[in-house]
Amino acid sequence: MSETNGTILSVRDLKTYFKTEDGLVKAVDGISFELKKGETLGIVGESGSGKSVTNLSVMRLIPTPPGEIAGGRIEFDGIDVLALPIDDVRKIRGRRIAMIFQDPMTSLNPFMKISRQLMEVTRLHLGHSKDQAYQHALKMLKMVGIPDAERRMNEYPHEFSGGMRQRVMIAMALSCDPELLIADEPTTALDVTIQAQILELIKDLKDRMGTSVILITHDLGVVAGMTDKIIVMYAGKVFEQAPTRELFNTPANPYTRGLLKSVPDPAHEEGTDLYQIPGLPPDVAHLPPGCPFAPRCYRAEELCTKEFPPFVQINSDHHSLCHFAREVYEDSKSDPPTTAKHTPIQGESV
Amino acid sequence: MTTNGSETLISIQGLEVHYKTGGGLFRAAKNVRAVDGVYLDIAKGETLGLVGESGCGKSTLGRALLRLTEPTGGRVLYNGKDLAHLPASQMREQRKDLQMIFQDPYASLNPRMTVGQIIGEPIKTFKLANGSAVTPRVEDLMETVGLSRRFIKRYPHEFSGGQRQRIGIARALAVDPEFIVADEPISALDVSIQAQIMNLMERLQAEKGLTYLFISHDLRAIRHLSDRVAVMYLGKIVELADGREIYRDPLMPYTRALISAVPVPDPEIESKRERIILRGDVPSPINPPSGCRFHTRCPFAIPDCSSIEPSLAEIKPRHQAACIRISPEHPYIEANAAAGLGVIGK
Repeated sequence: MSETNGTILSVRDLKTYFKTEDGLVKAVDGISFELKKGETLGIVGESGSGKSVTNLSVMRLIPTPPGEIAGGRIEFDGIDVLALPIDDVRKIRGRRIAMIFQDPMTSLNPFMKISRQLMEVTRLHLGHSKDQAYQHALKMLKMVGIPDAERRMNEYPHEFSGGMRQRVMIAMALSCDPELLIADEPTTALDVTIQAQILELIKDLKDRMGTSVILITHDLGVVAGMTDKIIVMYAGKVFEQAPTRELFNTPANPYTRGLLKSVPDPAHEEGTDLYQIPGLPPDVAHLPPGCPFAPRCYRAEELCTKEFPPFVQINSDHHSLCHFAREVYEDSKSDPPTTAKHTPIQGESV
Repeated sequence: MTTNGSETLISIQGLEVHYKTGGGLFRAAKNVRAVDGVYLDIAKGETLGLVGESGCGKSTLGRALLRLTEPTGGRVLYNGKDLAHLPASQMREQRKDLQMIFQDPYASLNPRMTVGQIIGEPIKTFKLANGSAVTPRVEDLMETVGLSRRFIKRYPHEFSGGQRQRIGIARALAVDPEFIVADEPISALDVSIQAQIMNLMERLQAEKGLTYLFISHDLRAIRHLSDRVAVMYLGKIVELADGREIYRDPLMPYTRALISAVPVPDPEIESKRERIILRGDVPSPINPPSGCRFHTRCPFAIPDCSSIEPSLAEIKPRHQAACIRISPEHPYIEANAAAGLGVIGK
């Protein structure tokens, strides 16, 4: 973690809506979080939870129409991002905030040599000369561990394997020494052995360069070892927010508890039935009244289907969106979800 | 559960899938050895997990068993018949007993057919029911996999990923098969849905006495579902043992690296873990490394590893591994390396 205590990114009550044939989809509906310099934040959620839309909003990359940032405030290093002319946003994007995506092949230009793609970034943002840019690109490729970097500079993306392409993307993302790196499912398309390499690389570079990181993933294992704090999203809302250890040890939300319990864990043996959350992720265009998780929740009562739950503060950094947050928190204290994996199956029918 | 304890359902003997790729007027075609001499017995009622990185040949092996990809060598014995050499017409008949569940349930369901038609098709093809008897059978299957029978007239696009996978499973079950190859059945699904599908597969196995070949790159899922686990690397099986044994005491450096690479959802464990980080990528099966195919990434490789091809040998009871640096007397490669032992296995 870096020396300063300053906040690099602050998101307040962000609302990103999409107009679709199906009606208004509130993909992100009033989420708030803060990221300090040098910190790593994990955003966990299933498909449709709004985790990617949140970050596209931060980068002002929401396609408009159909999308629209309908409210809220995003401050990056004190700059009001939503009030900025788009040309100024472009100057921040790629230089001060960088992004890497799940599929590196779709974010690399297949017709351009790797060297040119890397050089473009620093020539544009840092005003490098051709020679400076080339030297810098080479340095970056070496830094992300691409063997035989001089030769590989002259190759095209298809000549790289998936893991190597993701390394190129990381080299490109970090070439302007950004203050914030947003990694959206950076290892989902990769094999576990390659995933381990890439995560190690991100961790190492973060420590060396002091970059703040937002890591978006559906994999609780990935965030466990990588992050300082975690946001769990569901149906466009923050369901729980806590420092990493606290979230894993004493979750205060039934959804988080369920997710943790449903991961088969080779370190804990003799598993019989796997805990399962019943039902399906909600259709965000047609959310039920009350708590969006209520139809799948083991703790739900009539209240939950009628009234939207409060965002309960458990302690200074720990919040949970649940009518019974305190009770769930106490349950987790006496029965931590990561060691209690043998709860009987709930109803299987959908 | 191993083949010692119960009857063998499927015996794979030296199975090979080689195919030519590239090649042009002035270039010789390259021979891809996707599956290269695999021997495996699958016992009745067990789940055999097959795990490996992408490109290791695990899906090709699964498809070759059912002849969805034609094997180029070896045999697959099922009830005394060699599936690999069965004439096409007889193979078609056999598919009633041998079914497959695919990774992407959307791509494997015809978008223009209703759920009722999709699940009913194999029932009609194999004449398991006809006329008005088909629909009740389809409805029963839907309930079995946890889909409401109200959905019978809906189309695949109206369902979520998890529900589509349930449709795929119902279609496989429609012919009352004995053996199912499940190729990455949960990889495309959300975390909360993966547990549902794994539990469903386990329940169906218990109810119907099914035998599974469960193919996955997800070691957590493999560990959870499998009785025995086979680890595949570049077309070969490199380690085979009971599920619990292989996680407790992996012998191959490759298996250890695979297990150690899986992140555990527990920050305490993660902060203390020493990962074995493998260097490099999976080499291409077009031109696999000589000798032991893993020698290019193995931290314990010695010069002999690039010339001697190891064979799968029993190192511990019911635990096979393919490495020339270990033997039943000296099963642990670190110790052997520390003691300066060279080639001691086969």
